Amino acid sequence: MPEDVANIVSQGELFSPPDVNGAREFFRQKSRAMTDKRMTVQEAVSRFIHDGDYVASGGFGMVRIATAILHEIVRQGRKNLGFSGHTSTHDFEIMCAGQCFNRCDAAYILGLELFGLSRQARRWMESGNVRVTEWSNATLGWRYKAAAMGIPFLPARSLLGTDEFKYSAAKVIECPFTGEKLAAIPALWPDVGFIHVHRADIYGNSQIDGISVADWDMVRACKHVIVSTERIISTDEIRQDAAKTLVPYWMVDAVCHVPYGCYPGNMPYEYFLDADHLNEWMAAEKDEATLKAFLDKYIYGTKTFEEYLELKGGAKRMAELRALEPLRRRGE
Amino acid sequence: MATENARYNMMELMVVVASRQLEDGKTAVIGTGMPLAAAMLAQKTISPSLVTMFEAGAAAPELVKLPMSVADSYTQTGAILHSSMAEIMEMCQKGLVDYTFLGGAQIDMYGNINSTMVGTDLQHPKVRLPGSGGANDLASFCWKTLVITPHDKRRFSRTLDFMTTPGYLTGPGARERAGLPPGTGPYKVISTLALIGYDSELKRMRVESLHPGVTKEEVIANTGFELLFDDPLPVTPEPTDFELKVLREEVDPQGLVTGKG
Repeated sequence: MPEDVANIVSQGELFSPPDVNGAREFFRQKSRAMTDKRMTVQEAVSRFIHDGDYVASGGFGMVRIATAILHEIVRQGRKNLGFSGHTSTHDFEIMCAGQCFNRCDAAYILGLELFGLSRQARRWMESGNVRVTEWSNATLGWRYKAAAMGIPFLPARSLLGTDEFKYSAAKVIECPFTGEKLAAIPALWPDVGFIHVHRADIYGNSQIDGISVADWDMVRACKHVIVSTERIISTDEIRQDAAKTLVPYWMVDAVCHVPYGCYPGNMPYEYFLDADHLNEWMAAEKDEATLKAFLDKYIYGTKTFEEYLELKGGAKRMAELRALEPLRRRGE
Repeated sequence: MATENARYNMMELMVVVASRQLEDGKTAVIGTGMPLAAAMLAQKTISPSLVTMFEAGAAAPELVKLPMSVADSYTQTGAILHSSMAEIMEMCQKGLVDYTFLGGAQIDMYGNINSTMVGTDLQHPKVRLPGSGGANDLASFCWKTLVITPHDKRRFSRTLDFMTTPGYLTGPGARERAGLPPGTGPYKVISTLALIGYDSELKRMRVESLHPGVTKEEVIANTGFELLFDDPLPVTPEPTDFELKVLREEVDPQGLVTGKG
């Protein structure tokens, strides 16, 4: 070992520095208006996601992801984005297929757990076109948490002593109380975050069922938030079960009503993942020509997410995936 | 190679051996695949009150089927807690979680793991791999880290292309010097050839038992660094009929994990 584990200096690039007062000033100016924010996915992506922005994707890779938003980012040809690779699997696969980003904070990327590794995502990450800084799932999530708290960093007890630390942009600090070494994890305020939820009202008040993964902190860190939702409900219904509210309207910029908007992912309590289509994706990645034909068919050749769902079997297939879902609400 | 006989295949042997390492009444953060099959088997055999947690946010589910993802509905079905990744990781960081179970492309004699890349330049890797995921955090925080892996010279490597996840780093005292929580670290490696622990003084891999049909020479020939060996060196007890029955009928009836052996 050339250097002692106690003295490793990090050299990762900080794509989004923790400008805590700049973030405060942004949120000071952000509209608090309780207005109808419904719009199409096309309009939401076109208005709020711009070339070069730093974006964050909610859910967990192939569970409760905003697939319709991801497809639209590819369809509209966004380029040179920054991407937070937090628990990113099928979402990462889609973003790589569109070659949408050129810098990546990588905690978990390009694997789809039991489905294997995405070959085209690997090609994109090995191409030299993407600058990478390494993080772990907890520390990248805590970057959102620090931002959500409005502080420049949080101390953590992982990363230390490893290459994972060396190629991160964390710094070692000493605890002022105990003298322990700690990794200072810088806050991350993405320009835009997008999440898929079970239900939202027209103003953006949004609720989910099941695990929240990192979305609680992520939406609180993002400057702009796009919500896609299975259902639009009334504000009264939100108020009746307010403990379920993941994000209140004053954080939200756009509400897109997209039933099955997580397909082919698993929307807990609604529908299970479509393993056949996820495998179809993996098979299509064997070479560039096959992938291009696949993307032309499902993304570039469709105008809307609904057209994609129709190509994948429409209502019949969705009913089958509903039947495969093991989680049921009480009484169902 | 270890004996693959009519009673069980290699994957089944590894899952059974792994399940026996998980003590009852403890907590564990578990990943998909063989680790999860091992935890489910432990719950149905020796450790009925083993608490399983998933880094995506679910804890203590009724595991009715092997999940495809650490976030999918099967990790949440009948769970006692639906929370967040922060909540699970923070429970680990504060010392509430006993075990974690990891895989990886390369492991060295101190139990350090590479799951990030093959090559020398992170910005232009020869082969890019998924990265840490939760592994770096879990191996930093959980009291005992277990690894399940195929055993060959490429994986059991003297050096790592990238140290993603901390084992004992450079040896005795190194974790503490780096600032990792004291008392934590690698515990067992369940490989295709042997059950391996760590020497309490040297913090290096020490073979505890050879799987049925495996010789010491075979283990040495398939390892890229010098191993220590217990003396005497027993044979790993074979899976019992009961363990195999539960594994095949209740844990993995479709052979998702154990059918690939």
